[in-house]
Amino acid sequence: MAVDMNMKVLIVDDYKTMLRILRNLLKQLNFNNIEEATDGSMALDLLRQDSFGLVISDWNMEPMTGIDLLRKVRADDSLKHLPFVMITAESKSENVIAAKQAGVSNYIVKPFNAETLKTKLVSVLGPF
Amino acid sequence: MSELSAAKSEVVEADDDAQPLSREDIREIVEQVMNSLQGELTQTDIQLFTELASLAKFIDNAKQDIAALRPDEVTDEYIPTASDELDAIVDATAEATNAIMDAAEAIEKVAADLDPEQSERLIDQTTAIFEACGFQDITGQRITKVVTALQGIDEKVHRLVDAFGHEIERIKASQPKQENDKDGAVSDEDLLNGPQLKTEANTQEEIDALLASFD
Repeated sequence: MAVDMNMKVLIVDDYKTMLRILRNLLKQLNFNNIEEATDGSMALDLLRQDSFGLVISDWNMEPMTGIDLLRKVRADDSLKHLPFVMITAESKSENVIAAKQAGVSNYIVKPFNAETLKTKLVSVLGPF
Repeated sequence: MSELSAAKSEVVEADDDAQPLSREDIREIVEQVMNSLQGELTQTDIQLFTELASLAKFIDNAKQDIAALRPDEVTDEYIPTASDELDAIVDATAEATNAIMDAAEAIEKVAADLDPEQSERLIDQTTAIFEACGFQDITGQRITKVVTALQGIDEKVHRLVDAFGHEIERIKASQPKQENDKDGAVSDEDLLNGPQLKTEANTQEEIDALLASFD
């Protein structure tokens, strides 16, 4: 099934600069409907208010981290199948393992490039 | 309880409470020990008292040496300055990164009006610019880690300053800080401060006004 490029994508990062970078790179990949949150709790509120097709989240945020957001998403019946990609500078094996155990769809380590972002999104959503 | 035992108990209690002994505490303990030097002294007692007096002197000298390093300057001056400078780096890189992205987004708009081949070439370059701008996020996180480490050092040095308060005050009083040359003039070294924090820096307008005041 073709990827709906108009689906809502939620990007979550406490660095405004990174939100802007992600927004621009996603726009170049033809994702047109992008919303932003600056921590996990704000993201969770948005996810419960509206229908999203993808979450791309940083890990290290306050008050709610990306891994906490992921666990809450996976524990929520209405959100548990939502594709969830972690983009983070946390590159230790234990982080990747913890994210995988929590149900992450894919994991991108910062700094990343547009090609890596596209490859990972294709592996999660299918070709676009 | 003998006076020696009482003195030893005092040392042990002080140790249990983790309170550093002041010079006066040490003197008092040594005096108590010296006052107990009556009558039934053995060779072992004398050796013990000598060692104790030597230890007290050693501790006193060590405290003065540490106080002379002025750990209060670390908490009052160096760490706050370092933290402010690091915060300024994060702010400056964020500002510069946003300016770069403003320009890249403007180029994207221009690219939309060009033929497909030229447009794609420009978009490829703006993609590279956006990717490179990710440095700000990474450096910001690294600097945050350094600031956290500095806060940890600050906390520990604060405890040291609290413990050596009297000694430090004594050193401060005996060695007042020299702000300027003895004639009150600002030295060339005083003029080497590097970039100023925004809150402290003169604006160009203020500098122009200052220059104009000499006319």
